[in-house]
Amino acid sequence: MKEMTKGQVFLKGMKDGMPICLGYFAVSFSLGIAARNAGITAFQGFLMSFLNNASAGEYALITTIAADAPYLEAVLITLVANARYLLMSTALSQRFSPKTKMGHRMLVAYDITDELFGIAVAREGDLEPLYSYGAFAVAIPGWAVGTAFGIIMGNLLPGILVRALSVALYGMFLAIIIPPAKKDKVVGVLVAISFAASYVASRAPGISSLSEGTRTILLTILIAGAAALLFPRNTPEEDKGGSADGA
Amino acid sequence: MEHNIYIYILLAGAVSYLLRVIPVTVFRKPITNRFVRSFLYYVPYVTLAVMTFPAILTATGSVIPGLLALLVGMVLAWISGSLPLVAMACCVVALLAELAMRML
Repeated sequence: MKEMTKGQVFLKGMKDGMPICLGYFAVSFSLGIAARNAGITAFQGFLMSFLNNASAGEYALITTIAADAPYLEAVLITLVANARYLLMSTALSQRFSPKTKMGHRMLVAYDITDELFGIAVAREGDLEPLYSYGAFAVAIPGWAVGTAFGIIMGNLLPGILVRALSVALYGMFLAIIIPPAKKDKVVGVLVAISFAASYVASRAPGISSLSEGTRTILLTILIAGAAALLFPRNTPEEDKGGSADGA
Repeated sequence: MEHNIYIYILLAGAVSYLLRVIPVTVFRKPITNRFVRSFLYYVPYVTLAVMTFPAILTATGSVIPGLLALLVGMVLAWISGSLPLVAMACCVVALLAELAMRML
């Protein structure tokens, strides 16, 4: 097969990034609805998405902002909600040619998401930063503009529609956690325990006075930590991109 | 609002980037610790589940539309797993539930 030129690699990345861009637009639109409810402006939403590129992480941040919680909580909740990118990034670091410059590594890292990680590692051979840049060139604007658009539309649409759209993000979360729960019993049980524990924590005296973000941090560390102790996972292959999330 | 939204956003952005950039620039080695690998694997499922419930019940301002959206969303996610379909269905269910509640 003939080697592709640099331009062709970049264009291939853009082409493969297009469906991701469309998906991102839809997810970030509903993220924008949630952001609007927390009092975040369209520009702030754009900036948030441009800098974070993470659906769960950003949603967690939105609840933190809505609660006017301490900055430390925003740092911790982002750390927890986005912790899986550590896994993807370590997996990705194995695929760079040793010749790849530090600058390229730092740029490719910028938008490691479930989807963009997925298409990058699906290619044969060493990672080509230009391919990722092509995909980023369409995916990043889709994500950031979608968020701003959701906030703007949230202000324009009638209340009953905005309220209905508010559940879209939870629907997406369900679409991410339920299918793996069907395949993997441990994940299924974890989801059920998490639902129950989260409900109890929102009601129980003492714990319920903690902010939503703090409760999420504590429950995640407790439940995922216990699961990792009781049900450690074997094959590294299963972990690669095994956890899917909007962005 | 005591806190500045831009500071929240910049802090979160810095954390998100550090999580992604440290492994490809500093570690450059796979995580071999089984506990750490397993923990990082389970984290997103737990976090998303914790963030979904019971928050979905209060998302629309009344419990019933949220509860119905949750049930329909879970069933559809179990059957089809299609993300846009599940999200759309949840919205439609919540909308219909609120309309129905107004008529009753």
